[in-house]
Amino acid sequence: MEGKESEVVLIGTWASAFCKRVELALKLKGIPYEFVEEDLENKSELLLRNNPVHRKVPVLLHKGKAIPESLVILEYIDEYWTKAPRLLPDDPYQRAKIRFWANYHDEKIAQAITPIIFSEGKEREKVIEDFQQLLKVFEEGIERDFQGKSPFLHGGNLGFLDLVVGTYACNYQAFHDSIAVVFETEKNPQFFSWLMALKDHPRIKETLPPSDKLATKYKELFLPPYSKRIATIRERYLQSPKA
Amino acid sequence: MRARIALNIKSVDYEFQEENWLVSKSELLLKSNPIHKKVPVLIHADNPVCESLIIVQYIDEVWSSGPSILPSDPYDRATSRFWSAYIDDKWFPSMIAFFFAQEEDAKKAAIAQMEEGLVLLEEAFGKCSKGKAFFGGDRIGFLDIAFGCFLGSLRVIEKADGIKLLNETKTPSLLKWADRFSSDTAVKELIPDTDTLAEFGEKLQAKMIANK
Repeated sequence: MEGKESEVVLIGTWASAFCKRVELALKLKGIPYEFVEEDLENKSELLLRNNPVHRKVPVLLHKGKAIPESLVILEYIDEYWTKAPRLLPDDPYQRAKIRFWANYHDEKIAQAITPIIFSEGKEREKVIEDFQQLLKVFEEGIERDFQGKSPFLHGGNLGFLDLVVGTYACNYQAFHDSIAVVFETEKNPQFFSWLMALKDHPRIKETLPPSDKLATKYKELFLPPYSKRIATIRERYLQSPKA
Repeated sequence: MRARIALNIKSVDYEFQEENWLVSKSELLLKSNPIHKKVPVLIHADNPVCESLIIVQYIDEVWSSGPSILPSDPYDRATSRFWSAYIDDKWFPSMIAFFFAQEEDAKKAAIAQMEEGLVLLEEAFGKCSKGKAFFGGDRIGFLDIAFGCFLGSLRVIEKADGIKLLNETKTPSLLKWADRFSSDTAVKELIPDTDTLAEFGEKLQAKMIANK
């Protein structure tokens, strides 16, 4: 087992949900791996060499080949290690729907957190409302597309959407304690109920970082003074055209 | 266009419903893609599938007996998906930025970004094609479709601005690939004539600027 460990290497950070989802996939499939903690403020040669285009985590190294982008990695894991549990179902239409909602989550919901972090007062209230509206679209969309057969914890097992949403949104307490309250039962009851169910799943529980540790990290990252990296992200957000 | 190329590769019969962007969005579109209200939408046996790359994968998976669109090796598939995501998330936005740019500086910046991306794609072509004609090897594949659908627009920019985005110096392989892709039977009839596309582009640009 020892020699096999270095066959799969995951470059990531403990605080990144996008990295956690890959870790969870590897754990579910029982794939041994070596985790290399990256310092995003001082990116390593290993990271830059293996993800020169985006210079981001996570990056999976498998037998020396690099695969960046968490959703691409999840599909790779499911396709290379075809043993159970399967992350995506076999039916092409179900797969298409799951891919659509995974994209929606990452491109709309996760992106909507940035304005919340970097705004304050009335503006922050407004962007939180926008965020909750996106969650509402997600709730209604999932209901319509899966017609009562929720893709979350389908058959009690963790699947693609559980990994995508669960590793991100189940950290809500840490976000609430450090930045702002964004997930509210009254505003998004269905989404909240999915989170509650996911949070309780033993694999998710054991994979997610402790809430207080994460809250401290969020404060460190997203409250001033900002690191150079975060300041750049903030600048880019402030300069971008707003809806 | 991506969806149509995929359907052509699989020799699947389909009905094409043209949406008239310059007028309004049809009932059918709004019903089938209520989230983004965008084309393309594939409706198969009453089931709507949205997002072009998701549609292409769906087509590949449903009509699995036809020629494969995604490569069979998991790492090659990951590479195709990675570069397709790059095209949609990074490269295409710089093309959009160019179309909306009204000042010279903004136009120049967008062109520079597009050129940078094309150099990356030239390198990707070298690795993916493994010496063969297309990103997908001997036949058109996922990444060919993902990128090739923009050739028409690239030509509009090249003609209008007198620049060679695909050229002998920086992107020699892509330059040759572009011709092969455009002449492929699955693609030939789908790439609009440059002048027609340019005219449409101007009308669309005017409408979108007016709506901003």
